[in-house]
Amino acid sequence: MKELLWIIPALPFAGSLILAVLGRKLSRTACAFLGVGSVFLSAIFTVLVGNGFLENNHGGAPFHQVLWQWMDVDGLSPKFAFTLDTLSLTFIFVITFVGALIHLYSVQFMWKDEGFAKFFTFMNLFIGFMLILVLADNLLLLYLGWEGVGLCSYLLIGFWYKDPANGYAARKAFIVTRVGDTAMLIGLFLLFMTFHTLNIQEILVAAPREWSSGCKTVIITTLLLLGGAVGKSAQLPLQTWLPDAMAAPSPVSALIHAATMVTAGVYLIARTHALFDLAPVVETIVAIIGAVTLIVAGLSALNQQDVKKVLAYSTISQIGYMFLALGVGAWSAAIFHFMIHAFFKALLFLGAGVVIWVMRDEHNMFKMGGLRKKIPIVFWTFFIASCALSALPLVTAGFYSKDKILWLAYASDKGSIGLWLAAMVGAFITALYTFRMVFLIFFGEAKEALTNRPGILMTIPLVILAILSFAGGFIELPDNMGHITLFSDFMQKTLPGTAITVFGHSTEWISQIIAGAVAIIGVIAAYRLYYDKHFPFEIPDRSALDKFFYKGWYFDGLYDKLIVAPILFLSRIDKNDFIDRFYTGLVSITQALNKVLSATQNGKVRWYALVLVIGAIITLTILFYP
Amino acid sequence: MTIPMEQGILLSAILFSIGLTGLLIRRNVIFMLMSVEVMLNSAGMAFIVAGSAWNLADGQVMFIFILSMAAAEVSVGLALIIQLYKKFKTTDTDKASTMNG
Repeated sequence: MKELLWIIPALPFAGSLILAVLGRKLSRTACAFLGVGSVFLSAIFTVLVGNGFLENNHGGAPFHQVLWQWMDVDGLSPKFAFTLDTLSLTFIFVITFVGALIHLYSVQFMWKDEGFAKFFTFMNLFIGFMLILVLADNLLLLYLGWEGVGLCSYLLIGFWYKDPANGYAARKAFIVTRVGDTAMLIGLFLLFMTFHTLNIQEILVAAPREWSSGCKTVIITTLLLLGGAVGKSAQLPLQTWLPDAMAAPSPVSALIHAATMVTAGVYLIARTHALFDLAPVVETIVAIIGAVTLIVAGLSALNQQDVKKVLAYSTISQIGYMFLALGVGAWSAAIFHFMIHAFFKALLFLGAGVVIWVMRDEHNMFKMGGLRKKIPIVFWTFFIASCALSALPLVTAGFYSKDKILWLAYASDKGSIGLWLAAMVGAFITALYTFRMVFLIFFGEAKEALTNRPGILMTIPLVILAILSFAGGFIELPDNMGHITLFSDFMQKTLPGTAITVFGHSTEWISQIIAGAVAIIGVIAAYRLYYDKHFPFEIPDRSALDKFFYKGWYFDGLYDKLIVAPILFLSRIDKNDFIDRFYTGLVSITQALNKVLSATQNGKVRWYALVLVIGAIITLTILFYP
Repeated sequence: MTIPMEQGILLSAILFSIGLTGLLIRRNVIFMLMSVEVMLNSAGMAFIVAGSAWNLADGQVMFIFILSMAAAEVSVGLALIIQLYKKFKTTDTDKASTMNG
C-alpha cells in the first residue's frame, strides 16, 4: 500500500483545483463534500500507507518514492520525490487527521460566508503544500512546500479582505516570515555549494565527513536554517506576525497558526538534526530562543483581552517549548509535544471559534461569561484542552509531553538548570493564563444572549480532539511512571535518542512533582484572581508594565522605528533618482502621444470619411507616380 | 451608335465625385447614405462600361454583386439611422459625436 504515498498530497491539490475552477457553479453542499472529502480521503490513505510502511519494517527504513525529475541544470538535479519515515509519517498523520476534523468544523462555521468555495479552495491547497513540505526528500521541494504554505497563510489571513486591517495583517505575516525564508534560502545555497546536492538524506550522511564539529560554515548554515525556522514558527525575534494573523477565520487559526504550519520550523530543525548536532553553539541558541520565547509570549498572553490573541501568544509559547526541546537534543520529545499540542491547541481554537460564533463575533473575553451552562459540550472539550495546555499532572496528555521536555531540559547533556527553570516559570504562566481564559469565558454570570447554537458538525471534531488530547499522552510515559516508550521508540527509527547525563528516578520525581505543583498552583491562582470577578470591558488605564505585555513587549514599535521608518525615509528621499526619472519620462511621452492620437477620434463621421479620402488619394498617388 | 468608353468612365467619375462631395459636405445622415449609394452606382457603372468595351460578362457580374451589397448596406444603414434618431432625436451626424477619444 505504501506505493500510494503520492495520492495523499495529490487529493487535496485535486480538491483545490476543482473548487477553484467550478467553485462558483457548485452548490454549497457539493463544495463542502469536495473540500472535506478530499482531506478525509487523504487521512484514510495516510492510515493505509502508514500501515503498509510499518508492515515488516521494524527498523523503520525510509521509503522513497520518485515521481519525476523536477529539473536538471548544471549539477542541480532535484527530483519530485517523497520520503516516508517515522518523522514524516507522524506529521502527515497530524496534518491529515487534524486537518480533516477542522475542515468538517469549517463547513458549519463558514456556511453563511459568501466565500465558502474560496475558503475550501485555500484550505485544501494549504493541506497539499503542507504535505509536500513534510514529505519532500530534498530541500528544494521542501522549500516549495514552505513557500506554498506561506502563500496559503497569507490568503487565509486576508480572507475577509473587505476590512483593510485584515489585509494589513496578511501582508505583515507574509513579509515577516519572508525575512526568515530569505535566510533559509541562503542556507540552502551554502548547503548546495558544499554538497552539490539538496537531497536531505545525502546531506545528512555527508555532513559529518565534510564538516568538523563547530566549524564556521556549519555554524553559519545552521544559523541561516534556524532563521527560516524562527520566522515560520513565530519565535523571537520574528514572532510579531502571529498575533496579527488572528484576523483569519478561527478554523484557519486552528489549522495553520496552531496545529501545522507554525510547527514547520520544528520539523525543519528535526529533519536536519545532523547538521545541528555538528554545531553545538547553534543548538544552545535554539534552546535559549525557545526558553526566552516561551516566557516572553506567556507574559503577553496573560494580558490580552481578545481570546484568540491569548491563544496566539500561547501557541508561540508552546512552540518555544518545542524549540527548547530541539535545542537540548530531545528530538522525539519535541515531536511528541508537537503532536499533542496540535490536538489540544486546535481544539482550543475551534472551541474559541464556537464561542466567538455564538457571541456574534465577540472576541473580548471580558464581555463573555457564564457560557458553561449554555454550551456544555464546548465547555467540557475546551476545559479538557485547557487542562492539557496547563499540563495538569497525571491525567492530561499535555503533562506527559511537557514533562518530557522539562526533564530533558535539565537531564540532557546539553541541558542546564537555567533552561529547566525557564521552562518551569513558563509552565506556571501557562496554567495561569489558560485558566484565566476559562474562568472569564465560561464561569461567572452571562452578559449577553447567544445568537447561534453549535451543530453536530462543530461538536464532533471538538469531541474527537478532546479524546485525543486526553488519551494521546498515554503512548509515552516517563521511566518512573509506567515507562511506556511507544512514541520515542517510533521516533528513534529516524531521529537519534537523547544523551542523558543525569540519571536516577529521584531527581525525575522531584522535577515531576514540581511541574505538577506549579501547574496546580497556576490554576488556583487563576481561580483566586479571575473566578467570578467583574472586569470593565476595556481596561482604560493600564499600568505601564501591563501595557508593555499587552502590546507584545513593543516589538512592533521597535521594528517600526528600526526598520520600517528608515526604509520609508530612504524611499521618500530616493523617489526621484535617475531610474525613476527614466520611467516617468517614458510615461509622459506615451501620454503625450496618446493625447495627439486621441484628438483624431472626434466622433464625427464626416471627418473620418475625409481622412479616408485623403488617405486613398495619397495611396493612389504613390502607386501611380512612384 | 456606340458610346466610347472614355465618356462612360468620365460619367462614372463625375458621379463618384458628386457622391463623395455630398458625403463630405452633408450633415444629414440620410443624405450621406444617398451619396454613398451614388458612389456605389458610379463604381458599378464603371464596371459595366469596361465590361461592354472588352466584351466580357465580368463587368455585369460585378454590378450584380455591387447591387446586392448596396441593398444589404441600405437596410443596415436605415436601421442604424432609425436607432440614431431614437437616441439623439436628430439626423445630424455632427451632433451624434459622443464616441470621441
